[in-house]
Amino acid sequence: MIPFTHYLVVAALLFAIGLAGIILNRRNVILLLMCVELMLLAVNTNFIAFSNYLGDMAGQVFVFFILTVAAAEAAIGLALVTLLFRNRGDIDVEKMNLLKG
Amino acid sequence: MNPIPISMLIFYLFAGIAVLSAIMVIASNNPVRGVLFLVVTFIASSGMWMMAQAEFLSLILVLVYVGAVMTLFLFVVMMINIELTSQKRKFSYYLPFGAGIILLLVLMMLIALHPQYFSFGSMPSGVLPKGANTELLGKVLYTNYAYPFIVAGVLLLTAIIAAISLVHRRPRDCKSQQVTEQIKTRRELRVRIVNLPSEKKED
Amino acid sequence: MNQYLYHVVLGIVLAPLAGSLIAGLFRNQIGRLGAQYATILGVFISFALSLFVAKAIWLDGISPKDFLGYIWMSGNTIFPFTFKVGFLIDRLSALMMVVVTFVSLLVHIYSIGYMADDDGYQRFFSYISLFTFAMLMLVTADNFLQLFFGWEGVGLVSYLLIGFWFKKESAIQGNLKAFLVNRVGDFGFILGIAVIFTYVGNLDYAAVFSHATELAADKISLFSGTSWSVVTVICILLFVGAMGKSAQVPLHVWLPESMEGPTPISALIHAATMVTAGVFMVARMSPLYELSQTALTLVIVIGATGALFTGLLAIVMNDIKRVVAYSTLSQLGYMMVAMGASAYSAGIFHLATHACFKALLFLGAGSVIMAMHHEQDMRKMGGLWKRMPITYICFLIGTLALCAIPPFAGFYSKDTIIEAAQLSTIPGASYAYYCVLIGAFVTALYSFRAFFLTFHGKPRMDHHTFEHVHETPWVVWVPLVLLAIPSVLLGAFLISPMLYDTHTVLGNSVTVLSQHNVLAEMKHEFHGALAMIPHALLTVTFWLVIAGIFVAWLAYIKMPNLPGWFAQRFSLLYRVFVDKYGFDALNQMVFVKGTKNFGNALFKIGDRKIIDGFFVNGSGISVRWIALRARLAESGYLYHYVTAMILGLLIFLFIMLTSGVID
Repeated sequence: MIPFTHYLVVAALLFAIGLAGIILNRRNVILLLMCVELMLLAVNTNFIAFSNYLGDMAGQVFVFFILTVAAAEAAIGLALVTLLFRNRGDIDVEKMNLLKG
Repeated sequence: MNPIPISMLIFYLFAGIAVLSAIMVIASNNPVRGVLFLVVTFIASSGMWMMAQAEFLSLILVLVYVGAVMTLFLFVVMMINIELTSQKRKFSYYLPFGAGIILLLVLMMLIALHPQYFSFGSMPSGVLPKGANTELLGKVLYTNYAYPFIVAGVLLLTAIIAAISLVHRRPRDCKSQQVTEQIKTRRELRVRIVNLPSEKKED
Repeated sequence: MNQYLYHVVLGIVLAPLAGSLIAGLFRNQIGRLGAQYATILGVFISFALSLFVAKAIWLDGISPKDFLGYIWMSGNTIFPFTFKVGFLIDRLSALMMVVVTFVSLLVHIYSIGYMADDDGYQRFFSYISLFTFAMLMLVTADNFLQLFFGWEGVGLVSYLLIGFWFKKESAIQGNLKAFLVNRVGDFGFILGIAVIFTYVGNLDYAAVFSHATELAADKISLFSGTSWSVVTVICILLFVGAMGKSAQVPLHVWLPESMEGPTPISALIHAATMVTAGVFMVARMSPLYELSQTALTLVIVIGATGALFTGLLAIVMNDIKRVVAYSTLSQLGYMMVAMGASAYSAGIFHLATHACFKALLFLGAGSVIMAMHHEQDMRKMGGLWKRMPITYICFLIGTLALCAIPPFAGFYSKDTIIEAAQLSTIPGASYAYYCVLIGAFVTALYSFRAFFLTFHGKPRMDHHTFEHVHETPWVVWVPLVLLAIPSVLLGAFLISPMLYDTHTVLGNSVTVLSQHNVLAEMKHEFHGALAMIPHALLTVTFWLVIAGIFVAWLAYIKMPNLPGWFAQRFSLLYRVFVDKYGFDALNQMVFVKGTKNFGNALFKIGDRKIIDGFFVNGSGISVRWIALRARLAESGYLYHYVTAMILGLLIFLFIMLTSGVID
């Protein structure tokens, strides 16, 4: 069997990469959404791993729901991006600072 | 020296592909390429999930995510025309910072996995019940999690409506009632009484 | 009878207050006549009732009464003290009530004429009635708190009245000066009351006097190594208050400035009544002062210094009111000498006679000023005697009384004081004796100088003005005549009952220890008021007075060049006099400048830098500074927020790992 901790390490790496993507990415809103997907994937991997380790189906049920929510989030997020592009002509993250104090 | 089991090798393969392609997702200059690398990551992850006896979910991941969500991403990326300039310079400029953050986070998680904090002994380890994964999941989902399942369905419906209403554009040449204008109207705007001189009868 | 008398006393005190309130609060409704009659009626009621009380005291022989008017404040166990309003009716307060209400009534009447064409007519009447009320509260007080109330009350009205013509720069300066100098005195006064309260725990006169011997035995250490009797400390502190109110050296500087007020005020407040409050207070506190020789010495030395040296200043003054003001200072000094020599009766006697003839002199001066169309400079007067004969005669009577010419009132009281100073065994008494003796000469000199300059000699104003000078209306000269009568007769009639009868006028209101009792010694040589007149011809005092008058006549009638020559010859001395010994300069340099600098420093450092700079603007600036930095965090960029979130997450993880939350 694959040791349980390996899953956790891989998930941690994926999560960190997703996070880094959000910080480093300065141009593209779509990339932000992709990074969020990446982080959700990492979390899901964790759930799967624990489900397997504990012998409990609840973890997989959670992954199921998370996938649902992630799909909805991706749909609405992409709709917003489209709208943004339609209104502003670009989706540059660096120009999105209307909330500046 | 024990030979490394074949399953381990397969896992490492998938894990390596997943991590590398994830790095490529954030490092790629071209969004289309980024989406494709994300697809690769998903597929590799799906393999890992399969190895963790989550067969149904791993297939769902490929079907739904790769098949639907990622396609959606691709659509949007292609629909939106993004010029590809100077992304690289900024990326390398912020790279040390991002790398530092990643390192810190991973380090922290690794420390957290140390037995001193994360004792497996105290956790009840078990094995999943025998049987088809789909059947097991379905049994739990339609009994214990019936209501959340319905809510999830409603959530998806809401997302559909939201996405459509956000993006939907009314056709330019569409004729429709303007209710406010109709209510605001006054008599003078509609009816004009004109006094006409009575005409003489022509004999 | 008791309760009856209580209501009478209440009437005496409250009638002027009622008049004042009516005239002050409804001045527009009742008009000038209404205000004038309301206040005069109030004071008249007060005067009549005072006479009634005086009759009850002296003719019916009623023993002193202490009425409780109203308990103002009292605490039971936590604060076991009681503050109340009460009236002590004894011989001293009865005499003072009569004097105060009498002079006040005449000044009220006189003011009808003097203030006739003034805009603040009603206000003026309201003020002087209010003053009468405060003064009556002062003299009838049976406890220190009420005494202090009256004390501050008269001070307040004095302040208001000196600045009555508040559009006049010098009047405002004068009332400010009076107010500030009186603050110094009042500070001592209230400290004295505080010491009494600390040691006795009660502010009633009766309670304090019954503890007097214990207070004398108690010691208090003011500076390290020195030990003072408590009673001495109390007496000196109270006397500091008296120095302020009664204008004793060195707190006398405000009185000449107070002449900026209307002349009736100068007569009422700054000559006849208020300034004698200090004298009255010392007499009232005689049971305490008797026990402290130190305090008596201080009183007699300060009094004597004032009597002589302020008298000298009157010689160089040219403003007629200022001359009278300085003579008031001098006479107040005489009264204080009497107090210091334990001849309290003599001091109060002089107070009473002085109230009459000084009010007379002031009102006479006011009459002259009115006739001269508010010209106060004596150098521009002269020869007025033909034009205003009534004023002339009254002023002459006042001057003679002031100079202590027998048989005028001032003679009896002043002569007694001089003799008392001679016989007193208090340390400093011999200094006082010589001061008051020379003072008699100086008094005659300056008062006849003023008299000659004003009424005799050639008219020094222009012809036109002189032609228009005429006698003042009856409301002005009637009070003069009414004051002239007691100025002549009061001394001769009162000396025996005041000082030497078995039951003197003041009786047991004042306490004199037998070893201080100079009046008892003088009693052996007293053979009636008339017998004093021929006897006076043999005393050095009388001849000094005559010499003073002669010098005045010589210098201002016979040889008008003499004063100028004298001023040139002794220019240094002259300058010292004109500069009033430099008290004003000293005050200006030390207190005014010092306060100004101190205030400036407080303003620049305390107010501007610390309060404005640090607290007010500082908080604003720091908020701005913090906000400027805080808004950098609010950049609007998603990745900044995310970074902050991650950093927070890292910190929490770190804390959880190190603190062992996870185990």
